[in-house]
Amino acid sequence: MPPGTKVFDFDWLFGHFGQIGERLVQHLQLTILPLVLGIIISLVLAVWAVRQPRVYAPVTAITGLLYTIPSLAAFAVLRPITGLSLLTAIIPLTTYTLLILFRSFAAGFTAVPAEILEAAEGMGYTRRQRLFRVELPLAVPLIIAGVRLASVTTIGLATIAAVLGDAFGGLGQLITEGIQGFFPTKYLLGAALSVLLAFAADFLFVRFERVVTPWAHAKAGVR
Amino acid sequence: MADQHRQAAVVEFDHVTKRYDAPSARDKGKPVPGAVNDLSLKVPAGKICILVGPSGCGKTTSLKMVNRLIEPTSGRIVIDGVDAGTRELTELRRSIGYVIQQVGLFPHQTIGDNVATVPRLLGWPKARLQERSEELLGLVGLDPAKYRDRYPSQLSGGERQRVGVARALAADPPIMLMDEPFGAVDPIVRDRLQNEFLRLQETIAKTILFVTHDIDEAIKMGDLVAVFQTGGILAQFGRPLDILAAPASEFVARFVGQDRGLKRLSLLRVADVPLRPAVTGRAGDNAADARHRAMDDPLRYLLLIDSGNRPIGWIAHGDIPNEGGLAESMANPSSPILNKRTTLKDALSMMLDADVQTGIVVDRTGAVQGLLSIDTIADKMREGEHAAVFDQAPPPEPEIGDPDPADDPGATPDAIEAEV
Repeated sequence: MPPGTKVFDFDWLFGHFGQIGERLVQHLQLTILPLVLGIIISLVLAVWAVRQPRVYAPVTAITGLLYTIPSLAAFAVLRPITGLSLLTAIIPLTTYTLLILFRSFAAGFTAVPAEILEAAEGMGYTRRQRLFRVELPLAVPLIIAGVRLASVTTIGLATIAAVLGDAFGGLGQLITEGIQGFFPTKYLLGAALSVLLAFAADFLFVRFERVVTPWAHAKAGVR
Repeated sequence: MADQHRQAAVVEFDHVTKRYDAPSARDKGKPVPGAVNDLSLKVPAGKICILVGPSGCGKTTSLKMVNRLIEPTSGRIVIDGVDAGTRELTELRRSIGYVIQQVGLFPHQTIGDNVATVPRLLGWPKARLQERSEELLGLVGLDPAKYRDRYPSQLSGGERQRVGVARALAADPPIMLMDEPFGAVDPIVRDRLQNEFLRLQETIAKTILFVTHDIDEAIKMGDLVAVFQTGGILAQFGRPLDILAAPASEFVARFVGQDRGLKRLSLLRVADVPLRPAVTGRAGDNAADARHRAMDDPLRYLLLIDSGNRPIGWIAHGDIPNEGGLAESMANPSSPILNKRTTLKDALSMMLDADVQTGIVVDRTGAVQGLLSIDTIADKMREGEHAAVFDQAPPPEPEIGDPDPADDPGATPDAIEAEV
């Protein structure tokens, strides 16, 4: 840091709300897209694994393997195919969510007690009705727990997407520019916003879970 | 949907067999737990048929073949003349009430929604769903206003089981399958639920197949009892009284227990046995005449009654003066008072408690109907022992295919129950 530079330049902050807001929106995009894709893929995989238990181990192994690939290496591999595009950023970020999401979704489905499934079957639920009306709702607490964790992870990981370009770089772009330009305000702000975003997402999911699963929080012994 | 609706259906097992592969080569040839061997029996409409037997005897398998959670290997289950195997699976299941021991209420739905499960699957309009679930909660003794919006986790075990019964009844199915429905609650609650259910059945009159391993529950709840034996063999099928009176085999005799004479008494009521007349007199009656009448009776006692024919107490013939009138001060109120609904078991126990030989049977107004002697009860008990050839404890045959080979083959029926 050159001498005389302020650690945090509030004047710059107040003058650049537009730019900061834009980065924040980009970051949300870098987080939400992989999460949504990851949730869809993991739901399908988890339902499959619950129906066919022998699928569980290989899927866990593959998602675990994907998780270990360094993001920079993934970008390098994908760049010749998808270019310096948003897609190149989204693909690895999506695969990183799979390990957490698949495991928690599968746990959510297997946690549904056998007698409840038997009661549903005995009363004449079709398989599809049972999945959507019984298994899925009962898996929701663990599904949301997985999404919470994956969202926090993805918000942090998404900063790396800045290496792919300015157009969708998100908060990582602020951090990179701050480091390269010896301007701490930018990278401190980028880091702080990323942390705040993670906290906010976590809080929102906790609230959301309470609202959609009132049954899981109903006080026992209300007479 | 109501046009062809029937309140209760005839359920018939027609040579039904379910075979399972032996779990390992070593067990080849042994009966596999849960298997059913050539079961034929017919449950008339509106009756409770109890399937009872030790664990692994195939009773639950038999039950689950009715709603086809398990498909038979061979044979048919015929419901009101129609082979259940030919019916559309979900349609069949929605027409059969199903209650299991763990209840299996949906934790994410309110009690009201749980009860309305099958009507909702059948596509009833929303307003009717709520109406129906409130009606059923009332039927099983739960205040709808209080329970409708709660979740299962907020209910006690007994309350949950009631909701389970209400849910099974929601679409008014002609058949109910109940798999150890009262097995998970404590004995006091179980007794209450059993009584409530019997009362409920008087109004709903469904055809009910009911699995239990508890012979006392079977005797209490069943119009008919099917005793299963390891290997999925039907050992005996009949009315509880007949099974207690004449067990068809040594296995059945051991399973129903050495105390089956006493168990019979719990099924018989005072109304089922002949009463003897009482020599009665009122305060102020001529004592000499009363004394003569008491002496002519084998009991040699006079029963003093009031103006409403209600019993006051006994006077021994020797205590009746030769002249003057009868007085209340002479009477000794020692006999238990019974009514027509009292079971013989209770009557016997009351007499033993009071250390007397005779109970006084009264009607609803308390007026004397007659006397029940302890000898009459003993006769009834012996009636059940005419067929007691199996009580002579013949050398026990090894239990065929007992799931646990370490089991004492001469285990008492109690031990058989406890192991389940």
